[in-house]
Amino acid sequence: MSGTDLPVLLPAAQRLTERARREREVGGPIPRLQARHGVWLAVILIFSAGAAGAQAGAEQESVLSIMLKWTPLLLKGFVFNLAISFLAMVGGTIVGALLGIWQISLLPPVRAGSWLVTQFFRNAPWLVLLFFCMFLLPFQVEVFGLVIPLPDWIKATFGLALPVMANVSEIVRGAIQSIPSGQWESSESLAFNRRQTLWQIIMPQCIKRMLPPWMNLYAILTMATVLASVVGVSEVMTLTGQVLSAEGGRTDLLVPFYSYILLWFFIYCYPIARWTVHLERHFAVKT
Amino acid sequence: MTATQAWTTDQPIVRIADVYKAFGAVDVLNGVSLNVMKGEVICIIGPSGSGKSTLLRCINALVPINKGSIQVEGQEVHDPKLDKLELRKKVGMVFQQYNLFPHKTAVQNVMMAPITVLKQDKTEVEARAYALLKKVRLEGKEHSYPGELSGGQQQRVAIARSLAMNPDVMLFDEVTAALDPETVKEVLVTIRELAEEGMTCLLVTHEMGFAREVADHMYFTDRGVIVEQGPPKEFFANPKDPRTQEFLGQIL
Ligand SMILES: Nc1ncnc2c1ncn2[C@@H]1O[C@H](COP(=O)(O)OP(=O)(O)O)[C@@H](O)[C@H]1O
Ligand SMILES: [Mg+2]
Repeated sequence: MSGTDLPVLLPAAQRLTERARREREVGGPIPRLQARHGVWLAVILIFSAGAAGAQAGAEQESVLSIMLKWTPLLLKGFVFNLAISFLAMVGGTIVGALLGIWQISLLPPVRAGSWLVTQFFRNAPWLVLLFFCMFLLPFQVEVFGLVIPLPDWIKATFGLALPVMANVSEIVRGAIQSIPSGQWESSESLAFNRRQTLWQIIMPQCIKRMLPPWMNLYAILTMATVLASVVGVSEVMTLTGQVLSAEGGRTDLLVPFYSYILLWFFIYCYPIARWTVHLERHFAVKT
Repeated sequence: MTATQAWTTDQPIVRIADVYKAFGAVDVLNGVSLNVMKGEVICIIGPSGSGKSTLLRCINALVPINKGSIQVEGQEVHDPKLDKLELRKKVGMVFQQYNLFPHKTAVQNVMMAPITVLKQDKTEVEARAYALLKKVRLEGKEHSYPGELSGGQQQRVAIARSLAMNPDVMLFDEVTAALDPETVKEVLVTIRELAEEGMTCLLVTHEMGFAREVADHMYFTDRGVIVEQGPPKEFFANPKDPRTQEFLGQIL
């Protein structure tokens, strides 16, 4: 059903349906960042800082200088968020790609097992997985007599890599299955074995289909790294909370500080979102 | 029946004996037998859904059979011990939908299997690929991607790709059915040349004029059985079975 044969379906409803379909594909909300969102954040930041400045007495430090003073520390926290997002993405992608390929294995137990793992971690809330890793992973592991400590942030990275893994698995499986069966047939009739077919014929054609949802997933993950503050990892949200209490819990600082942090996330994620949209359009036109 | 005798050219290169195939509850082949000698060209015609594609797919083991025997050069195709990849090196197949690899250029499409599967030397394969593309009249299109070629050109790349494996038998499954009328001819010319060079060909086609010209033997299938067969002259001039008569009447 193309949607056009339902004239009662309004364009807006169509957009929503289309969006819901793609979010199911990606397995989570797709961030649809637009330039105006950034402008709004900047406006909120300026106004709230101005309002806080006006309220503050003459003896108090200006909002701007407080924010500047703490920026290096908060930036460190933000870089920490990015590091967690990178590691979780790399780990989740590697294991998830394997799982995705196992989902089309010819061996029924492998297929069923990887499907089960994928579905479990894809449908579990991210925060639950995070807690699960925080409390179930030991604080250190011993490998060949070598004691490797597992600090909280590593555990949080594991916790975030799990849903990434499951979503990558679905992205890979979906992309492989979207390739016409004629490609498998012609490779088989040319005496390619399954592995050669997969790696030389099927996967190269999958890359461009996988790239947009994979980048969406990365943007979602980056924003989800703030969940690590709930389990006490000193990433940017945790640090912001600490800074605010160090400043005597001034409520007028709350909005400027949090919109400041949001603006950073926006600046980081916006180009990714734009590029994803660009790639999607590009591929939609080509095939 | 499953024993593998040494095959000599005085025996059929493809020997199909009483083959049955069902997909679930759907009986597709109901006891098909036919023999093809080396260098022979046979044409299979018949209504859509009569099992022609399935029969071709059984010959290179893309589809397993339920009963009967298929031998290629004396090798039982459905022997569980048979190396399917070895079989497929000997049997080339061209499909209605071309199925070229869209991420590779024409010449790369032709080169891939010999390099990956046969592990042949790249420069030698490259030279052969250029020669094959020239043979199918695609000189100058070597570096075009499938998406940039017409249907007829893509189909000729697909034929060259199959020939690059140096097969002993070629299967053509309605290779002109998806083409514009203008480009059908260029593909048929290519196949006729192959036939004249002595390639063993099994063709499923709806091009009756072409079949009459190139075929050594005609087969008409309906509902999974061969209803009628014979040399093309006789087959077309006075078909005996009413189903053949009706089918030819509709299509000619
Ligand atoms: N992989 C398959 N699974 C189930 N049914 C199939 C499959 N391939 C073919 N069939 C069925 O087998 C019958 C014969 O198909 P086919 O061999 O393609 O006929 P033809 O090529 O003569 O048109 C059709 O009814 C078709 O639906
Ligand atoms: Mg067919």
